[in-house]
Amino acid sequence: MTATATQTTARSLQQIAPHVTSKVKDGDLVKAQMGLIVVGAALTIAGFFTGHGDLSYLVGYMGVLGICLCALFFTMLQHITRAGWSVSVRRLSENIAGTLPFMLLLFIPIIVSFSSDHGIYSHWTEKWNLTEGAEGYDPVIAGKSGYLNPTFFFIRVVIYFAIWIGLATFFRRNSIKQDETGDPALSMKMSRIAAPGLLLFSLSITFAAFDWIMSIDPHWFSTIFGITYFAGGFMSFLAFTILMCKWLNSKGYYKEAVNTEHYHDLGKLMFSFMVFWTYTNFSQYMLIWYANLPEETGWFAHRAIHGWGAVGAMLIIGHFFFPFIFLLSRNVKRHSVLLPVGAIAMLLVHCLDMQFLILPSGMHGHVAGHGGDGGAVAAVADGAAHDGFSEQLSAYFGTISWADYGCFIGLLMVMAGLTLLNVRRCNLIPLRDPRLSESINFENF
Amino acid sequence: MTNTNNWGAVAEFDSAAAIYQACEKVTAEGYTRTDAHTPFPVHGIDKALRQSESGLGWLVVCFGLAGILLAQGMMYWMNAVDYPIWVSGKQPYAWPSTIPITFELMILLSGLSAVFGMFALNRLPRLHHPIFSHSSIHRVTDDRFFLSIEATDPKFDSTATPKFLESIGGSNVEILED
Repeated sequence: MTATATQTTARSLQQIAPHVTSKVKDGDLVKAQMGLIVVGAALTIAGFFTGHGDLSYLVGYMGVLGICLCALFFTMLQHITRAGWSVSVRRLSENIAGTLPFMLLLFIPIIVSFSSDHGIYSHWTEKWNLTEGAEGYDPVIAGKSGYLNPTFFFIRVVIYFAIWIGLATFFRRNSIKQDETGDPALSMKMSRIAAPGLLLFSLSITFAAFDWIMSIDPHWFSTIFGITYFAGGFMSFLAFTILMCKWLNSKGYYKEAVNTEHYHDLGKLMFSFMVFWTYTNFSQYMLIWYANLPEETGWFAHRAIHGWGAVGAMLIIGHFFFPFIFLLSRNVKRHSVLLPVGAIAMLLVHCLDMQFLILPSGMHGHVAGHGGDGGAVAAVADGAAHDGFSEQLSAYFGTISWADYGCFIGLLMVMAGLTLLNVRRCNLIPLRDPRLSESINFENF
Repeated sequence: MTNTNNWGAVAEFDSAAAIYQACEKVTAEGYTRTDAHTPFPVHGIDKALRQSESGLGWLVVCFGLAGILLAQGMMYWMNAVDYPIWVSGKQPYAWPSTIPITFELMILLSGLSAVFGMFALNRLPRLHHPIFSHSSIHRVTDDRFFLSIEATDPKFDSTATPKFLESIGGSNVEILED
């Protein structure tokens, strides 16, 4: 037992995987990066000014933010479990999470909307401070004003981003530092920080989903809401990672460092979180359906009319039944074309999910069927939800704007471009992580 | 086949690499009814022995679907046909209330079929297997790797096969009786 410090550091990349280039070549991928950012920004701006404005933007923003946040989650998850298989994929997730400071910049339009009249959250920002007897006084909103008030809202925005940016920077910086020193103590340190980090992450993503999506309809409440948002986000992060890795592979990077075995595992995780999304959403729906309390059912009443009933049905099919059958087979998850096709489908359906969460409350009156405004519940009770699927679908196409997809795609492109910027600045994989060799030689049984 | 009582020939190897290479040679020689017995899973050994994929997945899918149909049929018959009850304004057969039981029954039948299907495909349980009569087989759970060629293999020969196993690095080659 005379192991010295040098023996405990990992073997070099040349010993483990001789064909892998450690860095993106100078000047390579710059065109792709700039193209993604410019075209994405143009799409987003065009969507913001032609579609449902701040609502379209919020659909795209929350969809893409979920991906960035779950990249941070993935990084911490691999550290806390001390996973071997994922080491070569982990640098990409660190780089995706590394775009979170830019996501703070991209949050500005939502702050602008928040502060303007008739903004996304105007239903409670206009009524939270009314006293009893004043015109428009709403006892439910007044009762929640300890939490739903602008000052605390902004304090929470600062807290969330401080947690996310802090953690993302910590994990990315230490991982890059290990590329130079090869010190296994850094792995232990990150593993230790991942535990409280995950705790902070789960609390912050839950309350962020409450603040930025659920509070559009301030009467409604669901404690599982944050988890459903996280489940969809993690699924989309895995889809996005599969596509990014495939694209970098096609450009000649990664080589055997990210191979069929890694795609198989990423596909398995994507499949399982697709099912987990269904599980949590159904849990939420069934309890509300069973109890049948007006302050809870109103939210779903809004989502049964104006064509959103068809979207709900499409989510059940497109976010569960179809991908369940499609991705179930091992051969599909190991296929070089079918898996990316599935990943693209999951990203699109994630956008549809965000529309379903955000647009009905925002577009057709904010409060669902409680107190003085029982419109949606009354409409559902009158049979509005019993329109056939095709009527509902044409109603959906009548209300939807191209921007409700365009902003998501645009922001996703911007985020992909910013990720590439991060990818170009550091090594492609954690070169001297003690478990790198395990990751590259890993095999599914 | 010279002796109908023969079960097969078994050879011992002392490393995962050795048995992997031996498996490739055995397959190249044309043997098909072969098996490897190792203390831990050896990467790629299924491919080296050209083992076909297990049909267990299809069995589990069929039983899972059967679970779904059984649950739906049972609840429809009980709640809407045999003894219809209206609970809190819901239809006697209301699909959201059937999902948890459908899910559970699907999982139950899939899980049971996976375990017992594996038993059936492996012809378990059985009290004895001919390979246990090999003199050093007890080390298969510790540090030795065993390669067997069964007597039912068309290429099996009770004198040539053991010699071949020895020539590819096997030790303690024994012909085992059924």
